[in-house]
Amino acid sequence: MAATATGTDRAVKTGIGAGPRPRNGNGFHKNGGGHDTPFQFSPARYRIGIWMAIGSILMLFVALTSAYIVRSASSDDWHRIAMPKVLWLSTALLVVSSVTIELSRRSLKSHNESGYGLWLVNTVVLGIAFVVSQMFAWRQLVRQGAYLASNPYNSFFYLFTGAHGVHVLGGLVALGYLVIRTRGPRTSVDAELRRLGAADAVTIYWHFMDVLWIGLFMLLTFWK
Amino acid sequence: MAEATHTEVHRHPAPTGFIRKYIFSIDHKVIGIQYILLALTAVVVGMIMSVLMRVNLSWPGTHIKILETLFPQGAPGGVMTPEFYLSLVTMHGTIMVFFVLTTAPQGGFGNYFLPIQIGADDMAFPTLNMLSFWVTFVGFIVILLAIFAEGNATIGGWFSKLGESFAGGSGTVGPIGGWTGYPPLSALGKIAGPGQGAGVNLWVISIAIFCVGSLLGALNFITTLLNMRTRGMTLMRMPLTCWAWFTTAILALLSFPVLLGGGILLLLDRIAGTSFFIPGGLYVSGSLVPLHNGGSPLLWQHLFWFFGHPEVYIAILPGMGATSHILSTFARKPVFGYRAMVFAIFAIGMLGFFVWGHHMFMSGMSPYSAVAFSVLTLSIGVPSAIKTFNWIGTLWGARIRFTTPMLFSIGFVSLFVAGGITGLVLGQSSLDFFFHDTYFVTAHFHLVMGVASIFGMFAATYFWFPKMFGRMMNEGIGKIHFWITFLGVYAIFVPFHAMGLLGMPRRYAQFTEYEFLKNSHSLVLFVTVAAIITVVAQVLFYFNFFWSIFKGVPAGENPWQATTLEWVIPSPPPHDNFAGIVPTVYHGPYEFSVPGAPNDFIMQTDGENIVAEHGGGNGGNGHRH
Repeated sequence: MAATATGTDRAVKTGIGAGPRPRNGNGFHKNGGGHDTPFQFSPARYRIGIWMAIGSILMLFVALTSAYIVRSASSDDWHRIAMPKVLWLSTALLVVSSVTIELSRRSLKSHNESGYGLWLVNTVVLGIAFVVSQMFAWRQLVRQGAYLASNPYNSFFYLFTGAHGVHVLGGLVALGYLVIRTRGPRTSVDAELRRLGAADAVTIYWHFMDVLWIGLFMLLTFWK
Repeated sequence: MAEATHTEVHRHPAPTGFIRKYIFSIDHKVIGIQYILLALTAVVVGMIMSVLMRVNLSWPGTHIKILETLFPQGAPGGVMTPEFYLSLVTMHGTIMVFFVLTTAPQGGFGNYFLPIQIGADDMAFPTLNMLSFWVTFVGFIVILLAIFAEGNATIGGWFSKLGESFAGGSGTVGPIGGWTGYPPLSALGKIAGPGQGAGVNLWVISIAIFCVGSLLGALNFITTLLNMRTRGMTLMRMPLTCWAWFTTAILALLSFPVLLGGGILLLLDRIAGTSFFIPGGLYVSGSLVPLHNGGSPLLWQHLFWFFGHPEVYIAILPGMGATSHILSTFARKPVFGYRAMVFAIFAIGMLGFFVWGHHMFMSGMSPYSAVAFSVLTLSIGVPSAIKTFNWIGTLWGARIRFTTPMLFSIGFVSLFVAGGITGLVLGQSSLDFFFHDTYFVTAHFHLVMGVASIFGMFAATYFWFPKMFGRMMNEGIGKIHFWITFLGVYAIFVPFHAMGLLGMPRRYAQFTEYEFLKNSHSLVLFVTVAAIITVVAQVLFYFNFFWSIFKGVPAGENPWQATTLEWVIPSPPPHDNFAGIVPTVYHGPYEFSVPGAPNDFIMQTDGENIVAEHGGGNGGNGHRH
């Protein structure tokens, strides 16, 4: 939980009694010990939030994966289908998009706004291409007569690709939001911190989508 | 920089329009109250269902006029069919577990008080917070729809047009498979019996929606707690309520996705023809189920209970937090063993992930797994005992102020012990073989998960009502409400144990047919009378609640002389809680009866020097600074 430490360094030191210098009076009513500095946005917030979201999405796929493993062992009707070749293209697209979003994050960190926007748009294009490529894989399966219910392996194939695809679409919406936010005036420090935090969180999420897909692809290819 | 500072102080300017202020509000306080009102509505539906069940058990064949009018098919002539009874069981369980025990403790009180108690101006993601309430609300509407999709022929007809698996209007008020919805029957559609068409589909969809809402909420709680604690609010200075809500949020974050996954698989089995849970060669109602093969009904049980057991703690941990908090406040003593309480609540939460198998002792699992699950289950008794002894330690030698919230908190301890002790019985696989699916189990989980949690929430309501609405609830009515409810729930659920010992099975619509249960009919009658009295007594609570909002005695800032941050701000709190000021915390949360302090309590924001000349106070957690 490295995020915890970064999340609390703004105002709080851990450990008993490690508060600010003790003073007389009341820390809220300002009769001595109060502070009237305003609430501030702490950039670690989005980072913690996205890690929590990733934890929960991971649990969803852990549940489905364990169902996959149990189900693959529980019957004799488990038939592998020939994996559509286009999935390798999908995988390549998603891996490359992971690289581009990392480049966009680095650009933003070094205050290179135009580079940030450019790499972001590239990532969106690659993300859309990934979704399209996945749909081609589905179409190919349907043409072969491999439907959702024809075989438990197929069911899981559609389920995993579908559930992952929904989460990628969510990531694309977030990327779209970042692209929109590259334009427009920068009014407040707070809003700017939020923009940076959001870019950071979306990057982490997108990498997770990449890793998750590779894991699912390997599961579908190599496990029974 | 000056402008920037200015905008940050008023981060969310208070909304003025009615809709933004009360309906689609992003203020965590309004959302908290919305959750509480949702629970107060849902619990009425659940209670009406339990009374209907009791009436049917005690006086089989009773004509209930309203049922005849509403559900002419499921209750012809006002007499409910056994299937109708089973659907009542299902919906009572589902509505109570999800929309009452999960919404009020966490979504309601957690939402309202966690940000204030850690000194934040709102949740980390206010819009997400609003979304999680409204998603949950949609889930509630869908579960209500299940009642009428099955119970009403016209509405059922609309759903039937959606396809075979959505066939409705079977005359029940929802599915008949209980809140656990075990396949294969729950996965087969209307061939499995009344209520198993549109009823199950809507039931699964409602729960899936609920999962999403809870996940958004859990993410928000954890981030808020980790990121937004104010100056000086170290983890070990947090009130125990915050620790409870935090642990609950972790449980929800990790367990709801598993139920969501299971729900998706079940729905696919029902509407898309897959065979995740449906085995081949299945005969139901005299005909072979076609097109399915190889599925594993046990897989659902594993997925369901991996969620289901943590869910029990999701329901009760916030009650434990509130109880610890309130006991300390009215005993005017620091919580006994603060650190032990923190570790115990975390231990209970984490152990909860490794005990799901104890719900499946009868599923044919290997006896070795059963022993492992059994040992882990019994080990939860250790942190539970730590908490119980610390509660008693907190009360020991105290000059207790017997206010209504204090009575309900003591009631919580009593019910937690009474209900928890039978967990040690049921957690042993050898004993569970006998008690499985009897009223003994029903007694256990109603006491410990249902009623204890609700007592925690009653305590929380009476305790925090003055902060939420600026007025006190009536103490006299509150005490009458407590005593009737306290004695009532024991009168209902203690006889359940006896019935279980007699072998009375759960979920049966009536017992008059069975020779071996003939003598227990007086017990059944006694429970029903107690249940009706207890349910009617809740009118006192509802009256007190809504009457006090308008007519209660004005409360002032700190009516209970409590120490935590919510009591330094006006009641009700302003829109951004601390009016743009960041409070600073110097003390632990439970500094009562501090030697040398000017009052008998020290607020968390009081300066440290307040007792300095007397050599320092008790840190609220047993440590001297």
